Amino acid sequence: MNERVRKLRQESLEAVPYISTERAELITEFYAKDRTHSVPIRRALAFKYLMERKAVCINEGELIVGERGPAPKATPTYPELCCHSLEDLEILHAREKIPFTSSPEARRVYEEKIIPFWKGRSMRDLIFAEMTEEWKAAYEAGVFTEFMEQRAPGHTVADDKIYRKGFKRIREEIAESLASLDWLNDPEAQSKAEELRAMDIAAEAICTYARRHAAAARELALKERDPRRRAELDRIAEICDWVPENPPRDFWEALQAYWFVHLGVITELNTWDSFNPGRLDQHLYPFYKKGLEDGTLTEEQARELLQCFWIKFNNQPAPPKVGVTAAESGTYTDFANINNGGLKPDGSDAVNELTYLILDVIDEMRLLQPSSNIQLSAKNPDRFLKRALRIVRKGWGQPSIFNADMVVQEMLRQGKSVEDARCGGTSGCVETGAFGKESYILTGYLNLPKILELALFNGVDVRTGKQIGPRTGDASNFTSFDEVWRAFREQLHYFIDVKIRGNNVIERLYAKYMPAPFLSTIIGDCIARGKDYNDGGARYNSTYIQGVGIGTVTDSLSAIKYHVFDNSHMTMDELLHALRRNFDGLENIRMMLWNETPRYGNDDDYADDLMRMVFLAFFEEVDGRPNTKGGRYRINMLPTTCHVYFGSVTGATPDGRTAWQPVSEGISPVQGADRRGPTAVIKSAAKMDHVLAGGTLLNMKFTPKLLEGDDGIDNLAHLVRTYFRLGGHHIQFNVVRAETLRDAQAHPERHRDLIVRVAGYSDYFCDLSRALQDEIIARTEHESF
Amino acid sequence: MRSGLVFDIRRYSVHDGPGIRTTVFFKGCPARCTWCHNPESQEPGPEVMFWQRRCASCGACAAACPAGAIRMVNGYPVTSRETCSACGSCVRACRFDARTMVGRTVSVDDVIRELERDRIFYDESGGGATFSGGEPLAQPEFLEDLLAACRAVDIHTAVDTSGIARFELVEKLARLVDVWLYDIKAVDPALHLRAVGCPNDGVLRNLRFLAAEGARVILRVPVIPGMNDDDESLARLADFISSLDGRRPERLDLLPYHKIGVDKYPRLGRTYGLETTGEPDPQHIDHIAGFFRTLGLEVKIGG
Repeated sequence: MNERVRKLRQESLEAVPYISTERAELITEFYAKDRTHSVPIRRALAFKYLMERKAVCINEGELIVGERGPAPKATPTYPELCCHSLEDLEILHAREKIPFTSSPEARRVYEEKIIPFWKGRSMRDLIFAEMTEEWKAAYEAGVFTEFMEQRAPGHTVADDKIYRKGFKRIREEIAESLASLDWLNDPEAQSKAEELRAMDIAAEAICTYARRHAAAARELALKERDPRRRAELDRIAEICDWVPENPPRDFWEALQAYWFVHLGVITELNTWDSFNPGRLDQHLYPFYKKGLEDGTLTEEQARELLQCFWIKFNNQPAPPKVGVTAAESGTYTDFANINNGGLKPDGSDAVNELTYLILDVIDEMRLLQPSSNIQLSAKNPDRFLKRALRIVRKGWGQPSIFNADMVVQEMLRQGKSVEDARCGGTSGCVETGAFGKESYILTGYLNLPKILELALFNGVDVRTGKQIGPRTGDASNFTSFDEVWRAFREQLHYFIDVKIRGNNVIERLYAKYMPAPFLSTIIGDCIARGKDYNDGGARYNSTYIQGVGIGTVTDSLSAIKYHVFDNSHMTMDELLHALRRNFDGLENIRMMLWNETPRYGNDDDYADDLMRMVFLAFFEEVDGRPNTKGGRYRINMLPTTCHVYFGSVTGATPDGRTAWQPVSEGISPVQGADRRGPTAVIKSAAKMDHVLAGGTLLNMKFTPKLLEGDDGIDNLAHLVRTYFRLGGHHIQFNVVRAETLRDAQAHPERHRDLIVRVAGYSDYFCDLSRALQDEIIARTEHESF
Repeated sequence: MRSGLVFDIRRYSVHDGPGIRTTVFFKGCPARCTWCHNPESQEPGPEVMFWQRRCASCGACAAACPAGAIRMVNGYPVTSRETCSACGSCVRACRFDARTMVGRTVSVDDVIRELERDRIFYDESGGGATFSGGEPLAQPEFLEDLLAACRAVDIHTAVDTSGIARFELVEKLARLVDVWLYDIKAVDPALHLRAVGCPNDGVLRNLRFLAAEGARVILRVPVIPGMNDDDESLARLADFISSLDGRRPERLDLLPYHKIGVDKYPRLGRTYGLETTGEPDPQHIDHIAGFFRTLGLEVKIGG
């Protein structure tokens, strides 16, 4: 990377996230003065107020301009959604992980202006007030989490619209839609008109915001002494006058156009998974090709612009989260996840030269944000996969790898058109979506092991002793595995009902009180339908519940079936007794359960069949139920960091896991339970019918040594291709570092699955002598960065 | 014979032949290489391995032993290898995974079933099955049946051998093996006898035959400091390879000596003979690799 990029990158890495009260102050000012009756118009005017007043920030040397806050990593708050208390600010300021500092001045502003105005009026207050006692009991017990209690629905991704159209054209479409309203026959004509007027205000506002950057750039140019930078600032001014109002004319303008849209979405509301350019290599390729052909762009310029673009993402930490939401998603990453490769709308191989350039940028930038992935189709060349794996090998976790063909199949099963499916991809962690046309809202994680715990204890939460689930029977009287299963199914059914009822209320609250007119302008078919994004305006509307801990719940069911019913090693009563005591003084029982249970992840049908049963039960409970936006409920299988939180509220489990320890993550086996190598894990994971989910997450661990050389890349490529042949959705590789290996020395039972390349062969790390382990740690230390 | 004794079947084996493979480790070996890192492979019968680090000192093993072969000494079980019949009672009694059985009898069908599990990985990567050990040729009928069964179901095969075997056997198996991973430890007969415990005339003759037959062969040379890493030993090896008629070995893998097997010896109640030998200097390994490359051989360091 060149000097400019190096400097900007360094500044981004060194910037400390802090709370900026700018947005909170502006929004409070606006609401205090506002007399609008229509909610959509009010939200649009609020957006306009922000766009006209928030500070314009052009950092020294940068080529892509605009920040969400007044400076890099100055993080705004959204009091209309979640009004932080002074105590919240204190916690955010002082906590060890993911802190956001706040100045005394910021706290004073909160104390004097923000809190008095919003306390009791935020969406968060509204949501909790509307939830039933059953919902609250389950939420507090950690049976599920709730995504929308601090952050707005978002979970959507841009398609190519903004590059083709520009907001001038979008405003014309809004006007056309307004003109075509059927005032005589459509009872919703009035509300549609309000929505559309709101969208128009928002579309105009984003252009105003861009032009303010043009003015600021011009002003800077006047003062600039360096002629090169002056020319750049003049060019920036010209770009910001042109986009996003008009369609971009070149590569630079395309990136800046997207960036303004991105800032618009994440300033309007604190949408989950921020926003995302999606299939960036596809959208930018026409600009790239044209620029190279007519000589207005070189590869090096494109690389520099992309790198400057990358830094903009890294400057925007996820908005501060507190409480359970902080526990389920404890990271600064805001999950903008850039897609590369995949398929073209006509179904052919979409990999192009720009794809490789973007992979270079990912490799060189090594930033936490944006996240990146490759969409790998059987039609894509191995060169593409191997280029990505050479980055994966470096061990910092990017890019992740998706099966583009399966992603398309998942969308077809959900009823999307072939073309929309092929133009889609995955966002957030692993979530499948029709980019630019779908609202695919994640509503919360579901703690599957906790649900089994409730089935084993007759609906009583062992942590608190409260009756929170239905009375499904005293498990010590169960005489067959079928009875255990029936109790599990009943608990599952009950809690899914509770969750969905809550979701439906929350969906309506957002539709009613928190429309997103700006986001609605860029997601099809909100304009054509005259409906807001949060009210079913999108072409497709999916609502997700994410299952967590399938490894733990599978192994627990397997332990019950194997030890209690199939082999009579113990009675149900003895098992329940051991769980209640958290195996205290019963280490031999715990070790039997831990070591001698057929476990998921070993290509053993005894366990894997149970995994399929759990997965299908979850699927059948959720999939196809109607949401309130004309769409359907779906499932996916991802945890973010929620498996740690769910573990912390779940007592000892029958698989020998002690109380409060993490449950398994994604669809990965229980940590340390897979002992038959990576092919067995892949075989087990592929027994899940991935097409039924909208995303599954499989994590695998390797040491850098195992992936050395061309052979290492070849072998990894074969693993990936095979997993995808078997129908897997996603795989990512944790190339293990020394610190993990040290933890493996201290707690070998948690790392039984860790494979290391030793010397001419591979072995399980925990099976090696201490001296050899030390030696490998020393080597790994050199290889990690 | 449709069954044999194996001590491990390991999937995702990526250093024992092309692609992703499943390696079947045969138990029993005619060689007694002093540097052996798989000592559990040597004895032709089952054995119990003991992992002291996992042991909880509960005494369940001693109580379970029908032969009274286990005594608790200083909190840890000590097994009399003479009395132990490797019946496995103690392994079943241990809840802590501290006792494992090395060696189990499996049928050809059992092995094929295990191999089939990863067939899709072989298809994708050009992999297959590797028969290793121990010495797979020391269970000739079992090996022959396995090779024939693999051929019948289209699973690619590699045989990882010391070459210590009757000529007639190698001659018979040659048509069933897709690729040989063939060890040469020393060309000098006296040196071979001293280090490996048996003569090498058969090893060299069998290799000559395979080359002449046009078999695919990857040579594997363990590099043991002070044993076979001197210039003279290497020159003799080079001369021998150059003298082979027929198909040239397609690669030579140098396997630098390592101490990975050291702590397996006490688990088997045995002591390690090469305590004082150090791992070879990587520069020396590079030098050896360079030397063989001048012969026009493809050389790889590590398997």
